[in-house]
Amino acid sequence: MTEQKIHDQWDLWEVFIQESDNTPHLHAGSIRAADAENALQNARDVFARRGTAKNIWVVKTEHIIASTPEDAPSFFEPTKDKVYRHPHFYKYTLDDELWKKP
Amino acid sequence: MEETVNAPIIEYLLRLADDRLILGHRLSEWCGHAPILEEDIALANIALDCIGQANYLYSAAATEEGKGRTADAIVYFREALEYKNLLLVEQPNGDYARTIVRQFFYDAFGVLLFDRLQKSTFHPLAGIAGKAVKELRYHFRHSSQWMIRLGDGTEESHARAQKALDELWKFTDEMFLPDPLENELAKEGVAVISSSLKDEWTGTVREIISTATLSLPLQTAFIHKGGRSGHHTEHLGHLLSEMQIVARSFPDIQW
Repeated sequence: MTEQKIHDQWDLWEVFIQESDNTPHLHAGSIRAADAENALQNARDVFARRGTAKNIWVVKTEHIIASTPEDAPSFFEPTKDKVYRHPHFYKYTLDDELWKKP
Repeated sequence: MEETVNAPIIEYLLRLADDRLILGHRLSEWCGHAPILEEDIALANIALDCIGQANYLYSAAATEEGKGRTADAIVYFREALEYKNLLLVEQPNGDYARTIVRQFFYDAFGVLLFDRLQKSTFHPLAGIAGKAVKELRYHFRHSSQWMIRLGDGTEESHARAQKALDELWKFTDEMFLPDPLENELAKEGVAVISSSLKDEWTGTVREIISTATLSLPLQTAFIHKGGRSGHHTEHLGHLLSEMQIVARSFPDIQW
């Protein structure tokens, strides 16, 4: 916005598609686009034209804050041996199928 | 007897179909050549929409005709003189700005036309129009946003868009010329009188051109016309020869 970027590619955007009501938006892939409207149209043309889609989100990749590989030990390791921390612990036994279903 | 009754409808359907087919074919020429991957896919999608609409319209014409001709036969075995599309849609792609301007001019027209055609008393056409208008609204969104992006973009994109506007403007009047066939069919509620769409088209086009910081070309006295009577620019012949060569070299080939 503030500075004129000099590069030969448009900005990268991430695309999330909701396939039907009451289902979450799932990451479909990435596209390049010149602006927000262009991103929405490119997302539609690349990912949503043939499949079923109800709604599309696009977000500039640079706006996604991601954890780093270095974060992994302190972020994720401690939960591995403490199943009682999982939200399903008290209602269900930890069943892999639960996690696989969208 | 029946043929006489249906002849104007068949002619009208073929005319609408030819507009869609030729524009779709032009867009398909970008496949693999567009400036970036996403636009390559977008143009191919739009081309497929256009050709899909043409297919429905040709099939409806063939059904009315009742001689067992298929859409493929109509497309591959007619000469340029028998094609009735607007001169605008057969104009070569040029650069991306030129393709977008051509598309924008037609889309603005097509949205209005097919919206009205949803009420056609000829039911097959009303049905096709209902599906087509949704696609056309998307095409218009795509092309009009690109008009703004190019016009209000860099110095170069602005100059290219303005040049394309100036060059293609002379083909826009043909869309709105008074036409005996339309008048006749409009009496029965089958067709839409295109000239009645001109004011709305001009309003929409002016608005986008102004938002795009481009200038409306000056009106020229000379109107380029002839498409509706089969008198085309030199470009259609080249397009047809490429489009028809396989079907004509190997008649009835299956793949």
